[in-house]
Amino acid sequence: MVDPVPGLVGFAAALRAAGLACEPERVQAYLAAVEHIDLTVPDQLYWAGRLTLCGEPDDLPRYDDAFQAWFTSRSLKHAPRNTTAQPRPSVIAAMLPAQQAGESGSEPDELGVAASDTEVLRHRDISDLSAAERAHLRELMNLLRPDPPMRSAYRKRPHRRGELDPRRTLREMRATGEPIRLRYRRKGKRPRRVVLLVDVSGSMSPYADALLRFAHAVARRTHAEVFTMGTRLTRVSRQLRQRDPELALAAASRAVPDFAGGTRLGEGLRVFLDRWGQRGVARQAVVVVFSDGWERGDPGLLGEQMARLRRLAHAVFWVNPHAGRDGYRPVQSGIVVAQKHIEKLLAGHSLATLEELLVEVRRA
Amino acid sequence: MTWISVPAPRDLAEALGDVGYLADDGLATAAFLALRMHRPLFCEGEPGTGKTSLATSLARALGVPLIRLQCHEGIDATQALYDWDFPRQLLHLRALEAASKGDLDADAAEQSLYTERFLLARPLLRALREAPCVLLVDEIDRADDEFEAFLLEVLSENAVTLPEIGEVRAQVPPLVVLTSNRTREVHDALKRRCLYHWLEHPDLAREVRILKRRLPGVSDRLAAQVANAVRLLRAAELLKPPGVAETIDWAEALLALGRTELDAEAAAVTLGAVLKYREDADRVRVDLDSLLAG
Repeated sequence: MVDPVPGLVGFAAALRAAGLACEPERVQAYLAAVEHIDLTVPDQLYWAGRLTLCGEPDDLPRYDDAFQAWFTSRSLKHAPRNTTAQPRPSVIAAMLPAQQAGESGSEPDELGVAASDTEVLRHRDISDLSAAERAHLRELMNLLRPDPPMRSAYRKRPHRRGELDPRRTLREMRATGEPIRLRYRRKGKRPRRVVLLVDVSGSMSPYADALLRFAHAVARRTHAEVFTMGTRLTRVSRQLRQRDPELALAAASRAVPDFAGGTRLGEGLRVFLDRWGQRGVARQAVVVVFSDGWERGDPGLLGEQMARLRRLAHAVFWVNPHAGRDGYRPVQSGIVVAQKHIEKLLAGHSLATLEELLVEVRRA
Repeated sequence: MTWISVPAPRDLAEALGDVGYLADDGLATAAFLALRMHRPLFCEGEPGTGKTSLATSLARALGVPLIRLQCHEGIDATQALYDWDFPRQLLHLRALEAASKGDLDADAAEQSLYTERFLLARPLLRALREAPCVLLVDEIDRADDEFEAFLLEVLSENAVTLPEIGEVRAQVPPLVVLTSNRTREVHDALKRRCLYHWLEHPDLAREVRILKRRLPGVSDRLAAQVANAVRLLRAAELLKPPGVAETIDWAEALLALGRTELDAEAAAVTLGAVLKYREDADRVRVDLDSLLAG
């Protein structure tokens, strides 16, 4: 009989090429599982792999395709992964204007000039920036240090005041038999969940890159959940969780199939609430919707879903990049119906306004 | 069937069927491999697809106790593993003091506090002691990251060390079923240790068979009507699509009212058994006839 192991390991490699994680532990589990089943039964072979190599529902269709390809025709092409390393951002790079970043031989007062340039850049509209200014802004985004909003925790922690902590009081008593020193405890604090819903439709495309970078900065520090909305809803939290912003952004844009397409906010929001929000992601969370509110779908549906979101969430913010422009009035169909279900309408067209948003979220 | 003697997935499916749980090939293979490979089974899927009842049914099919750990935010080792009964320890200390008339040996007194007598075994410790058993860790997505790490440690060792008592090791690794509703991404390290199974709603024929098995009084006709109506409801984009439990509730409600078939009138008065949101009920009530005709 032919040794099946190389074929099975090859299959795992094909899965990895198809985008599944397939860590060595999983492959080991796969080989161990195969020991217990009848290899000649295709169904059992299928399930042994699916149970050990997959880790989330998104993996399942890819697994099915790869299984088909590998065990029937074996014609799967290996796609090399795109892993170009990017230079790390540094504080100095962010302080310098983009053209001079990395160049040596600066004059003494250059840093001062650079700092004021940075200050101007912070207030500029992201969609009006030149390529060099955008690059500089990216560096600044990487330096954002958002703190999550806090809520009170269920678990009690030692504290100077609060209710009596019998456990620690008893510990103290062991030596003397008398409760000489009373110990107290009270509820601690835990971070509250943050959910970002980013509209990536055509009308938002000048801001999409910057907003996703912003989302990356938030997701890295606060374990926020990030979804993109366009013609469909895509969860990008996993992609954005990796450290390197360039790799994270590249992964996220690979995952989003509908960049710069149409908008169906109501529909997207409904899918979000059905699949994620109602089950817990939006419950008692701070939810931020980034959108200009140009709704191509039914505004009635959007209103309904916003009301639903408001009932689930702790606070809902709406960020509209156009709201920062002079003479802006909230007349877009989406904004009009959404307005009575939100805490606040914010601008978010520049770094400074995004920083303001962070403050609002933390305070929520 | 006993703990060890499960020769193939099909036999496990049969044993599950005997206790009223109809598993498909995937689920039977998943449970079989979990048992054989001593790996936890991580179940995800829509609410109401039978994740929790899988664990209870496995326990019954294998003839072992079920130990359940319900997760929630802020759950910690004292709620999952063990704790000491502080009020009773305090009383005991007082009693010793009174009996010794001021001549208390502190070391001996302390030792007598940390004995089996005052130990409160929580689900994880009980599972390690009472194995073979089925350990259900329900809704792990509600617990915190720190708790996952702690759980991972206990599950991979099948043993814990209690500083005051010593090591507790399971004779046989318990069969562990973890469930998650995907409200939060569970850490990869934990998932890697587990077999992963995604549960779908059962297909029409299976759901009819589940109804017949769970409610012996239900007629073929009523079971088929209810299962079919539920299938259409699941496709109707409701806020809360009905799960298998709702299907059973609905058929049971109809039986309790003495109905033998699902007509518009019977459906209207029993809709509360299957739909749990006012908005959903309003939407369905409008075209109840087309739902039943479908």
